[in-house]
Amino acid sequence: MRNRPAKDSTPLKGLEKVPTGISGLDEITGGGLPKGRPTLVCGAAGCGKTMMGIAFLTHGALEQNEPGVFMAFEETAEELTTNVASLGIDLGQLMARKKLIVDSVRLERSELEETGEYDLSGLFIRLGEAIDSIGAKRVVLDTIEVLFAGLLNHGIVRAELRRLFRWLKDKGVTALITAEQGNGGGLTRYGLEEYVADCVIRLDQRVTDQISTRRLRIVKYRGSAHGTNEYPFLITAHGVSVLPVTSMGLEHQASTKRIGTGVPRLDTLLGGKGYYRGSSVLVSGGAGTGKTTLAAAFAAATCRRGERCLYITFEESASQILRNMRSVGIELEPFVKKGLLQFHPVRPTTQGLESHLAAIHDLVARFQPTAVVTDPVTNLTTVGSVQDVRATLSRLIDFLKERQITLLSTSLTSGGANEEQSEVGVSSLMDTWLLVRNMESNGERSRGLYILKSRGMAHSNQVREFVLSDKGVQLIDVYTGGGSVLSGSARVAQLERERLEEVLGRQQAEAKRAAIRHRRAAVHAQIESLKADLVSADQELKHLETASAIRRQEASRARAEMAQSRMADVDRVRRRK
Amino acid sequence: MPAKQAAKTKKEDFWELRLYVAGQTPHSTLAFANLKKICEAHLAGKYSIQVIDLLENPKLARGDQILAIPTLVRRLPEPVRKIIGDLSNTERALVGLDIRPRNPDAS
Repeated sequence: MRNRPAKDSTPLKGLEKVPTGISGLDEITGGGLPKGRPTLVCGAAGCGKTMMGIAFLTHGALEQNEPGVFMAFEETAEELTTNVASLGIDLGQLMARKKLIVDSVRLERSELEETGEYDLSGLFIRLGEAIDSIGAKRVVLDTIEVLFAGLLNHGIVRAELRRLFRWLKDKGVTALITAEQGNGGGLTRYGLEEYVADCVIRLDQRVTDQISTRRLRIVKYRGSAHGTNEYPFLITAHGVSVLPVTSMGLEHQASTKRIGTGVPRLDTLLGGKGYYRGSSVLVSGGAGTGKTTLAAAFAAATCRRGERCLYITFEESASQILRNMRSVGIELEPFVKKGLLQFHPVRPTTQGLESHLAAIHDLVARFQPTAVVTDPVTNLTTVGSVQDVRATLSRLIDFLKERQITLLSTSLTSGGANEEQSEVGVSSLMDTWLLVRNMESNGERSRGLYILKSRGMAHSNQVREFVLSDKGVQLIDVYTGGGSVLSGSARVAQLERERLEEVLGRQQAEAKRAAIRHRRAAVHAQIESLKADLVSADQELKHLETASAIRRQEASRARAEMAQSRMADVDRVRRRK
Repeated sequence: MPAKQAAKTKKEDFWELRLYVAGQTPHSTLAFANLKKICEAHLAGKYSIQVIDLLENPKLARGDQILAIPTLVRRLPEPVRKIIGDLSNTERALVGLDIRPRNPDAS
């Protein structure tokens, strides 16, 4: 196959790879180490070469049914077993099950005399015997450079190493060979990279600002594309992991599901339903503005739904948060007991940014939360520049989004500075940005909360007063009348004033109404009396007319009587009448 | 210290030597010839040489911590010493076997 690769009928098949089981490394290498070829892992002392070798072998033995041989030049099998037990790996059991052979090579210069020519056939025979006895597919040589220190004739060692790597290839085993980092420009102290040319991985432990970070870089990988960056590399109690950066992208699905914020009124502000699931939320504000409380409210809401929440705190201990949140009516302890809420208190300065990120990856992978809180993310600037923190956060956001995990980060803004700019430069990465600010007036401070942005939802633009009491978190409308915005006791006073004014106004209006009613009644009375006058006048008039009529009658009757009595011509008189 | 006390015992006078080889290679044959020569010259009558072919007993390579071929192991007198190479440098071989300096001291 190696003789005529160009004529191969399936030229696109490419190199076969062997998974290492080291999360992240397989992603960077596109599948693992080159199958049946030696890989060189170089790095300074203490950067994790041996651990990587052990991880490679145990994964093969446990997951891939590929037994392995570990040839230790620096440690005994017992020492090795003890050392990796801290990573939860039981070498003794693997050895008992014939899945692993640990051969520790002891080479003491002081016990050895060299006279004349020799070769290292003994090494070959030992290795060959070990490989054949359990059908090993994986071999780790750690650290074979010890041969240079133990043997005087470097010419022989070099020739024999060349032969060894050739022989390993012919055996078809996938080998991982570790080597010390060179003092000068070379990758390894004795130039082993000349012999192992297929795949070279470099480990590095760097200390920046007193914080050390392990990094991994693939220097070369013949016949395969690979990630070229430096990747943080982590040894934790749960094994070895590499944090690939490039494996993250912007391909995640955006969820349309909404989840509560833990503060009912805030849900209302955010289009009535809260945050999007899998979105990233930034809560920024000055000291003591209630960022942690908002975060805790969110954590509690998550747990109330029966989901798991990971709370990473860079500032306070878990018990401190539990106590403080109890004082504002947020009980988190039951959730902790139920296993829904997990605190991960860690000082930023305990490790580098990469390690923090890797640790979070690790925690998320094991705890499987649906929400993660980092509080406060700005504390990370103590271990890295703003750019670094920004890069770290963007990777964290990508990582969590891919898994539909909602992230809530709090961010401390330094007082006085422009609150919308002194973020660690992450605001543009965030989907929802809440700003909690102190509003100072009339000798008192109150908290105001508003939504600077919230992608993909109709949110309120109004400032709400943010009140922390033993009944929990409340958002209250601030006073916005009369061209001014008031909060706190000023708001209360203003509202009181308004109430008073309203009462007074009501009273005045009532009095006015009464006066008018009075006047109206008076007018009515007048009308009545005038009417009475009118009636009496009418009556008077009537009386007058009746009287005059009677008088006229009387007069005419008297005239008639007189006429009768005088015996005048009555008829004439009657006719005239 | 314990070595000197042991020197009084009979074991001190007997040299148990093992030569590890891997098949009949020129190095191995040369080493055996050189060893024989040295022993006859310095340890006549109080030594034994056991030749172990690792190709036949590959497990012994691990058990006896053998890397280089040929390797000569002085099992007795204690402490165990190892000499690698074809023993062509007699001077170094004697130093390695701890023969030269001991000769004037012990009897």
